[in-house]
Amino acid sequence: MKKRLQTLWQFLRTLATDNAYEQYLQHHRGAHADQPPMSRRAFYLHQQQRKWSGVQRCC
Amino acid sequence: MRKLSWGLVAVIGAFAVGGIALHRGETVNAMWIVVAAICIYAIGYRFYSAWIATRVLCVDSARLTPAVRLNNGRDYMPTHRWVVFGHHFAAIAGPGPLIGPTLAAQFGYLPGTLWILVGGVLGGCVQDMTILFLSTRRNGRSLGQMARDELGPLGGYAAMIGTLTIMLILIAVLGLVVVNAMKHSPWATATVFATIPIAVLVGVYLRNIRPGRVLEATLIGITLLLGAVIGGGVLNEHETLHTWFDFGGQPLAAFVIGYGFIAAVMPVWLLLAPRDYLSTFLKLGTVMLLALAVILMRPDIRMPAVTQFIDGSGPIFGGTLFPFVFITIACGAISGFHALVSSGTTPKLIGNETDVRLIGYGSMMLESGVALMAMIAATLLDPGVYFAINSAPGVVGATAEAAVTTISSWGFPVTAEQMHALAAAMGESTLLARTGGAPSLAVGMASIFSSAFGQGMLALWYHFAIMFEAVFILTTLDAGTRVGRFMLQDFLGHFWRPLGETSWYPSILLSSALVVAGWGYFLYIGVVDPNGGINILWPLFGIANQLLAGIALSVATGILIKQGQLRYAWVTAVPLGWIAIITTVATWEKIVSPDPRIGFVSAANQLAGKLASGAMSPEQAAVAPQLIFNQRLDAVLVIVLTAILWIVIADMLRVASRVVRGLPVLPSSEAPAVAEVRA
Repeated sequence: MKKRLQTLWQFLRTLATDNAYEQYLQHHRGAHADQPPMSRRAFYLHQQQRKWSGVQRCC
Repeated sequence: MRKLSWGLVAVIGAFAVGGIALHRGETVNAMWIVVAAICIYAIGYRFYSAWIATRVLCVDSARLTPAVRLNNGRDYMPTHRWVVFGHHFAAIAGPGPLIGPTLAAQFGYLPGTLWILVGGVLGGCVQDMTILFLSTRRNGRSLGQMARDELGPLGGYAAMIGTLTIMLILIAVLGLVVVNAMKHSPWATATVFATIPIAVLVGVYLRNIRPGRVLEATLIGITLLLGAVIGGGVLNEHETLHTWFDFGGQPLAAFVIGYGFIAAVMPVWLLLAPRDYLSTFLKLGTVMLLALAVILMRPDIRMPAVTQFIDGSGPIFGGTLFPFVFITIACGAISGFHALVSSGTTPKLIGNETDVRLIGYGSMMLESGVALMAMIAATLLDPGVYFAINSAPGVVGATAEAAVTTISSWGFPVTAEQMHALAAAMGESTLLARTGGAPSLAVGMASIFSSAFGQGMLALWYHFAIMFEAVFILTTLDAGTRVGRFMLQDFLGHFWRPLGETSWYPSILLSSALVVAGWGYFLYIGVVDPNGGINILWPLFGIANQLLAGIALSVATGILIKQGQLRYAWVTAVPLGWIAIITTVATWEKIVSPDPRIGFVSAANQLAGKLASGAMSPEQAAVAPQLIFNQRLDAVLVIVLTAILWIVIADMLRVASRVVRGLPVLPSSEAPAVAEVRA
């Protein structure tokens, strides 16, 4: 039961992009370990900038 | 056993559809529609989408998707398919599927319902899934790029012009819907105004206080928004305070235009991004609540199955059932705009090609379901009340007495007292002539919500519904203006390079101002037009949206034929043919119809005649030249849109005939296959 709730919570966090930064860090550690990663705020701003540069919302 | 249960679904579905179609009693229960829809969607998803995926698209679960091959932890990233489903649905479902069915309910509940079901399962869902798949195979390329790569430069330009036009008209018509909902309604106006500082607050929280914690920030924001709905009610009761928020159409239009400009030039984190989080959560929550309420309450549909307005004399918009029901309901049945979302962000998140069924076909099915909910909410109202809210004063008369007399004479009895009592219950001074669909949808939602979750809160539910619609209409307005700005900057950059730099402030200001002026013009004309503006703008939007669908389906059909799937090309070619027929017939009628409520040219001539003969009041004469110019401009616009559609179709047919004759065509732009390495 506890495990299921935890899975649901993680699903919600992913859906809301709450854990996007953690995913980025994980990827960064694997792929570009030589460079320092972006801070949480810089990453958030970067994501918003990218997201809103294309068609994101429809009629 | 499996076969047996699917057979049962088919029988129940057929029974429910037959029940709706043949029912000619006093009222029919909404559950008939719900059951028919569930069965049709289930069959469409289980069989048609599966068949398209395996036979037509040849989806390959072993082939690596761009999300896996190009994973960068940011935009390309394999993501759980239900998460992608959620994001994709949030992106495609806007105010369109709520407004279109509400307007089309003037024909009765049957035509719109059937079109939403059939058009969705055979048209819109197929388009979304196919474009999503083709873009996934091409590393997430946009529709315009795919048109250029696969058909040639013509298709690319057509897609660009189509996108920009639809954006301007869409924003204008949505702006008009919000203005009509706020007009002389202090409660609605105050609540909608309050959403702006609330969004900014959430934006600051997400950037400075707890960066990126969307869930908690949204929770705070939604609580504040609900507080704003209640606060608006308190303000509405206040003696002097409520006059501060009591505006007519023109000042509100000016406000929306000014807001659109400011929102477009401000950094996204401050207003657009937080507003979008709020609107997405509200949207998902409210849609679920509405579905739950419909199933709990099982309301009766009071609108007749088919009304006399199928002859073209409808008070909400002029035009016969064919082709105008298909133009009016674009989103919810087939919406070309979805092709832009399906080719962009979503393909870069897909972890396995087999997911395109759930994400492409499934999301559109859900949106089609939302459109049905809107249809139910509009048709559960007394038809007289529905027409009283949605008819413009130019059609039914400016006073309450004149309006109810006209509407009752159509066979939909309604009284001035009834409208007055309803307005009072909703906390409004009047509900007459609130065109645009949002208020009547809000009345429908309020009556069903209050009967399901709390009697006596009608006014609160009404303003909650208005706030909910306004929040995501304004999100679409912000986001659309920004996209329009980027496209314009890209275009202007060809003439003078600095104008193409998206972060150069003079260029941002200039291009944003141009885009806002573009839709602001149509919005302004819509507000001053005594026939309500929706009558003109919504069909124009529908035609533009179908044009985009036509381009998307042409690209899909062309690619299928190039890949040697000529015998299955009908999967996209049949919806394309239908789109081509309805837009062309609609354009033809919009040009040549002698009825000034349908034909742009006859409307311009009628106005010009009245103006010349001096039969107009001074106020009417003051705006008449603008209205005449606008009717002529709209005539040119629909001709251009339809011409673009036919050019793209002709280009696709040219490519197809070269393939059939074995002549060389542009090479496929599909990314080379990389198969999964299984340990």
